[in-house]
Amino acid sequence: MTTLTKADLAELLFEKVGLNKREAKDVVESFFDEIRLALEKGDIVKLSGFGNFQCREKPQRPGRNPKTGEEMPISARRVVTFHASQKLKSQVEGAQIGTPNAE
Amino acid sequence: MTKSELIAQLAARHSQFSVADIEMAVKTILDALAKNLSRGERIEIRGFGSFSLSFRPARLWRNPKSGERVQVPAKYVPHFKAGKELRDRVDFPL
Repeated sequence: MTTLTKADLAELLFEKVGLNKREAKDVVESFFDEIRLALEKGDIVKLSGFGNFQCREKPQRPGRNPKTGEEMPISARRVVTFHASQKLKSQVEGAQIGTPNAE
Repeated sequence: MTKSELIAQLAARHSQFSVADIEMAVKTILDALAKNLSRGERIEIRGFGSFSLSFRPARLWRNPKSGERVQVPAKYVPHFKAGKELRDRVDFPL
Protein backbone atom coordinates (compact mmCIF):
# COMPACT_ATOMS: atom_id res chain seq x y z
CA MET A 1 0.00 0.00 0.00
CA THR A 2 1.41 3.36 -0.98
CA THR A 3 1.23 6.60 0.96
CA LEU A 4 0.75 9.95 -0.75
CA THR A 5 3.28 12.59 0.32
CA LYS A 6 4.14 16.19 -0.52
CA ALA A 7 6.68 14.93 -3.06
CA ASP A 8 3.89 13.09 -4.93
CA LEU A 9 1.71 16.21 -4.93
CA ALA A 10 4.60 18.29 -6.30
CA GLU A 11 5.10 15.70 -9.03
CA LEU A 12 1.43 16.07 -9.99
CA LEU A 13 1.71 19.87 -10.20
CA PHE A 14 4.72 19.39 -12.45
CA GLU A 15 2.84 16.97 -14.73
CA LYS A 16 -0.64 18.49 -14.74
CA VAL A 17 -0.14 22.21 -14.18
CA GLY A 18 3.26 22.55 -15.81
CA LEU A 19 5.06 24.15 -12.86
CA ASN A 20 8.75 23.35 -12.73
CA LYS A 21 9.82 20.98 -9.96
CA ARG A 22 11.17 23.69 -7.68
CA GLU A 23 8.00 25.81 -8.04
CA ALA A 24 5.75 22.80 -7.63
CA LYS A 25 7.44 21.94 -4.35
CA ASP A 26 7.05 25.55 -3.13
CA VAL A 27 3.35 25.73 -4.04
CA VAL A 28 2.60 22.46 -2.24
CA GLU A 29 4.45 23.74 0.81
CA SER A 30 2.53 27.06 0.73
CA PHE A 31 -0.79 25.28 0.28
CA PHE A 32 -0.48 23.52 3.64
CA ASP A 33 1.22 26.53 5.23
CA GLU A 34 -1.71 28.83 4.37
CA ILE A 35 -4.15 26.36 5.90
CA ARG A 36 -1.98 26.16 8.99
CA LEU A 37 -1.78 29.96 9.29
CA ALA A 38 -5.56 30.31 9.01
CA LEU A 39 -6.05 27.65 11.71
CA GLU A 40 -3.52 29.34 13.98
CA LYS A 41 -5.57 32.52 13.73
CA GLY A 42 -8.63 30.52 14.75
CA ASP A 43 -10.19 30.65 11.27
CA ILE A 44 -12.31 27.84 9.91
CA VAL A 45 -10.91 26.57 6.61
CA LYS A 46 -13.69 25.55 4.25
CA LEU A 47 -12.60 23.67 1.16
CA SER A 48 -15.81 22.98 -0.72
CA GLY A 49 -16.06 19.44 -2.05
CA PHE A 50 -13.32 18.30 0.35
CA GLY A 51 -14.07 19.31 3.91
CA ASN A 52 -13.59 21.82 6.72
CA PHE A 53 -10.68 22.22 9.10
CA GLN A 54 -11.50 23.86 12.36
CA CYS A 55 -9.74 24.79 15.55
CA ARG A 56 -11.63 23.75 18.67
CA GLU A 57 -11.01 24.60 22.28
CA LYS A 58 -11.16 21.66 24.65
CA PRO A 59 -11.67 22.31 28.35
CA GLN A 60 -9.55 20.60 30.95
CA ARG A 61 -10.76 17.08 31.70
CA PRO A 62 -9.77 14.32 34.09
CA GLY A 63 -7.34 11.75 32.75
CA ARG A 64 -5.17 8.95 33.96
CA ASN A 65 -1.64 7.86 33.30
CA PRO A 66 -2.27 4.54 31.53
CA LYS A 67 0.96 3.07 32.87
CA THR A 68 0.67 3.91 36.54
CA GLY A 69 -3.09 4.39 36.80
CA GLU A 70 -2.38 7.69 38.50
CA GLU A 71 -5.05 10.35 38.00
CA MET A 72 -3.94 13.59 36.42
CA PRO A 73 -5.86 16.33 34.64
CA ILE A 74 -5.54 16.72 30.86
CA SER A 75 -5.00 20.44 30.41
CA ALA A 76 -7.26 22.71 28.34
CA ARG A 77 -6.03 22.86 24.75
CA ARG A 78 -6.76 23.84 21.20
CA VAL A 79 -7.03 21.04 18.69
CA VAL A 80 -7.60 20.86 14.95
CA THR A 81 -10.54 18.84 13.72
CA PHE A 82 -11.43 17.87 10.18
CA HIS A 83 -14.94 17.28 8.89
CA ALA A 84 -15.10 15.63 5.50
CA SER A 85 -17.66 17.00 3.05
CA GLN A 86 -20.58 14.86 1.91
CA LYS A 87 -18.80 14.51 -1.42
CA LEU A 88 -15.57 13.18 0.09
CA LYS A 89 -17.54 10.89 2.41
CA SER A 90 -19.41 9.30 -0.46
CA GLN A 91 -16.19 9.01 -2.46
CA VAL A 92 -14.41 6.96 0.22
CA GLU A 93 -17.37 5.04 1.65
CA GLY A 94 -16.87 2.03 -0.61
CA ALA A 95 -13.06 1.97 -0.54
CA GLN A 96 -11.66 -1.53 -0.74
CA ILE A 97 -8.57 -1.48 1.40
CA GLY A 98 -5.92 -3.81 0.11
CA THR A 99 -7.75 -4.51 -3.14
CA PRO A 100 -6.85 -1.84 -5.65
CA ASN A 101 -9.82 -0.52 -7.62
CA ALA A 102 -9.75 -1.15 -11.31
CA GLU A 103 -9.78 2.23 -13.00
CA MET B 1 -11.00 30.89 4.86
CA THR B 2 -12.71 29.50 1.80
CA LYS B 3 -11.17 27.79 -1.20
CA SER B 4 -11.23 31.03 -3.21
CA GLU B 5 -9.57 32.93 -0.35
CA LEU B 6 -6.91 30.24 -0.18
CA ILE B 7 -6.36 30.61 -3.93
CA ALA B 8 -6.05 34.39 -3.55
CA GLN B 9 -3.49 34.01 -0.72
CA LEU B 10 -1.43 31.57 -2.74
CA ALA B 11 -1.60 33.76 -5.84
CA ALA B 12 -0.31 36.71 -3.80
CA ARG B 13 2.50 34.58 -2.44
CA HIS B 14 3.47 33.20 -5.83
CA SER B 15 2.95 36.22 -8.05
CA GLN B 16 4.86 34.65 -10.94
CA PHE B 17 1.78 32.49 -11.63
CA SER B 18 -1.63 33.44 -12.94
CA VAL B 19 -4.62 32.96 -10.66
CA ALA B 20 -5.81 30.31 -13.13
CA ASP B 21 -2.60 28.32 -12.61
CA ILE B 22 -2.97 28.51 -8.83
CA GLU B 23 -6.62 27.51 -9.10
CA MET B 24 -5.60 24.51 -11.16
CA ALA B 25 -2.88 23.65 -8.65
CA VAL B 26 -5.32 23.76 -5.70
CA LYS B 27 -7.83 21.64 -7.58
CA THR B 28 -5.11 19.15 -8.51
CA ILE B 29 -3.98 18.83 -4.89
CA LEU B 30 -7.50 18.38 -3.49
CA ASP B 31 -8.46 15.91 -6.21
CA ALA B 32 -5.33 13.87 -5.54
CA LEU B 33 -6.04 13.78 -1.80
CA ALA B 34 -9.63 12.64 -2.37
CA LYS B 35 -8.69 10.12 -5.03
CA ASN B 36 -5.98 8.51 -2.93
CA LEU B 37 -8.26 8.22 0.07
CA SER B 38 -10.99 6.67 -2.06
CA ARG B 39 -8.48 4.03 -3.14
CA GLY B 40 -7.88 3.25 0.51
CA GLU B 41 -4.43 4.83 0.51
CA ARG B 42 -3.02 6.89 3.33
CA ILE B 43 -1.83 10.47 2.95
CA GLU B 44 1.00 11.80 5.04
CA ILE B 45 1.88 15.48 4.91
CA ARG B 46 4.86 16.16 7.13
CA GLY B 47 4.29 19.18 9.38
CA PHE B 48 0.56 19.16 8.69
CA GLY B 49 -1.00 15.80 9.38
CA SER B 50 -2.20 12.54 7.93
CA PHE B 51 -5.42 11.34 6.38
CA SER B 52 -6.55 7.76 6.60
CA LEU B 53 -9.78 5.80 6.57
CA SER B 54 -11.58 4.32 9.51
CA PHE B 55 -13.90 1.38 9.15
CA ARG B 56 -17.50 1.55 10.34
CA PRO B 57 -19.08 -1.88 10.61
CA ALA B 58 -22.60 -2.52 9.35
CA ARG B 59 -25.27 -1.73 11.92
CA LEU B 60 -28.99 -1.84 12.41
CA TRP B 61 -30.47 1.61 12.66
CA ARG B 62 -33.96 2.49 13.77
CA ASN B 63 -35.59 5.58 12.38
CA PRO B 64 -36.87 7.27 15.56
CA LYS B 65 -39.77 8.86 13.70
CA SER B 66 -41.22 5.89 11.88
CA GLY B 67 -39.77 3.11 14.04
CA GLU B 68 -38.60 1.56 10.82
CA ARG B 69 -35.47 -0.60 10.97
CA VAL B 70 -32.79 -0.05 8.39
CA GLN B 71 -29.61 -2.02 7.83
CA VAL B 72 -26.75 0.45 7.38
CA PRO B 73 -23.98 -1.22 5.39
CA ALA B 74 -20.33 -1.21 6.49
CA LYS B 75 -18.36 1.71 5.17
CA TYR B 76 -15.18 3.71 5.44
CA VAL B 77 -15.04 7.30 6.68
CA PRO B 78 -12.18 9.77 6.26
CA HIS B 79 -10.07 10.53 9.31
CA PHE B 80 -7.56 13.35 9.83
CA LYS B 81 -4.90 13.41 12.49
CA ALA B 82 -3.03 16.68 12.94
CA GLY B 83 0.76 16.37 12.81
CA LYS B 84 3.02 17.50 15.62
CA GLU B 85 3.92 20.85 14.10
CA LEU B 86 0.30 21.78 13.40
CA ARG B 87 -0.74 20.63 16.88
CA ASP B 88 1.98 22.69 18.55
CA ARG B 89 1.35 25.77 16.45
CA VAL B 90 -2.38 25.79 17.11
CA ASP B 91 -2.18 24.93 20.79
CA PHE B 92 -0.59 28.08 22.20
CA PRO B 93 -1.44 28.81 25.85
CA LEU B 94 -5.02 29.97 26.30
